[in-house]
Amino acid sequence: MHELGLMQAVRELALEQARTHGATQIAAITLRIGSLAGVETEALRLAHTVVMAGTAAEGSCLQIEVVPAQFACAPCQQPFAAVQGDCLCPRCGTFSQRLLQGRELELSSLELS
Amino acid sequence: MCVDCGCSAPPRPRVAPLGRRELGAALLGRNDVLAAQLRQRFVAAGLPVVNLLASPGSGKTALVERLGADLGAAGRRVAVIVGDLATDNDARRLQAAGLTAVQITTGQACHLEAAMVARALGALPQPLAALDLLVIENVGNLVCPAAFDLGESLRLVLLSVTEGEDKPLKYPAIFHTADLVVISKLDLLAATGFDLGQARYNIARVAPRARVLEVSARTGEGLAHLGRLLGW
Repeated sequence: MHELGLMQAVRELALEQARTHGATQIAAITLRIGSLAGVETEALRLAHTVVMAGTAAEGSCLQIEVVPAQFACAPCQQPFAAVQGDCLCPRCGTFSQRLLQGRELELSSLELS
Repeated sequence: MCVDCGCSAPPRPRVAPLGRRELGAALLGRNDVLAAQLRQRFVAAGLPVVNLLASPGSGKTALVERLGADLGAAGRRVAVIVGDLATDNDARRLQAAGLTAVQITTGQACHLEAAMVARALGALPQPLAALDLLVIENVGNLVCPAAFDLGESLRLVLLSVTEGEDKPLKYPAIFHTADLVVISKLDLLAATGFDLGQARYNIARVAPRARVLEVSARTGEGLAHLGRLLGW
């Protein structure tokens, strides 16, 4: 999708946090990216290098937590892993109506110094 | 001596770590905030707003043109905000059909965002409260527009019979966000051999909550039902 634009949003959020807390460096950035969010993690890493250059976040360690897509199955009362967005429960064949996780696009945490 | 690697460079001043900040901040937060503001404006004006999503060439503009004309004949005031990378052809075409239409020419952007819609609203000749329906015809693209809330009350994803029954399986994310999936160009059903049953099943697999409707902008089939689903 728009890894460059997303990483610019990360930069803005991170630099604002650094300013608020009087930090001179951003040592690490952790993102939570859902597997159904349409974002490529390798493209995010490349964008990170480009976008953070010349800022307090230059050289920061980027950690990406990929959140696997999961649907809730009402009859089974248990979640199942959604393969390529398919809502069909592999156990009972019902279509799930509820995505529990997998569309996250989040700046989870920062390490400041 | 440097304590890190033993070289003779003077030690760099150590910057004390300030620690970890837990944020949980949405990366598309700015768009989400603007979209929420738009939604409030639309609700306050009592205006249903449709975000129309589909691939290029699926028949978005033709459907809007026909629906707008039918609703217009029934006395409903319909406005359209249409997004394209280049040209204002769609807005002109809709205006020629008697609709109020504002063009967003995005340049390079492959999707519409709330900020663009907010600006386009300023170009509408009528106040929102004077309208009965606003259609936002998104840029033709089944990937990027999915993530961008525009403040709409209904998300409509269009799939034409010339695109194949497995299209929903190939683009699960956008179909999953649909409130309504419309299968268009029904007049070409025989010519394409499109399997409606298979298409409905595939749509259910990736968008189990979405309603599904079949239409033809050319013959008008299904348009009355679509109009009712949109509030008219």
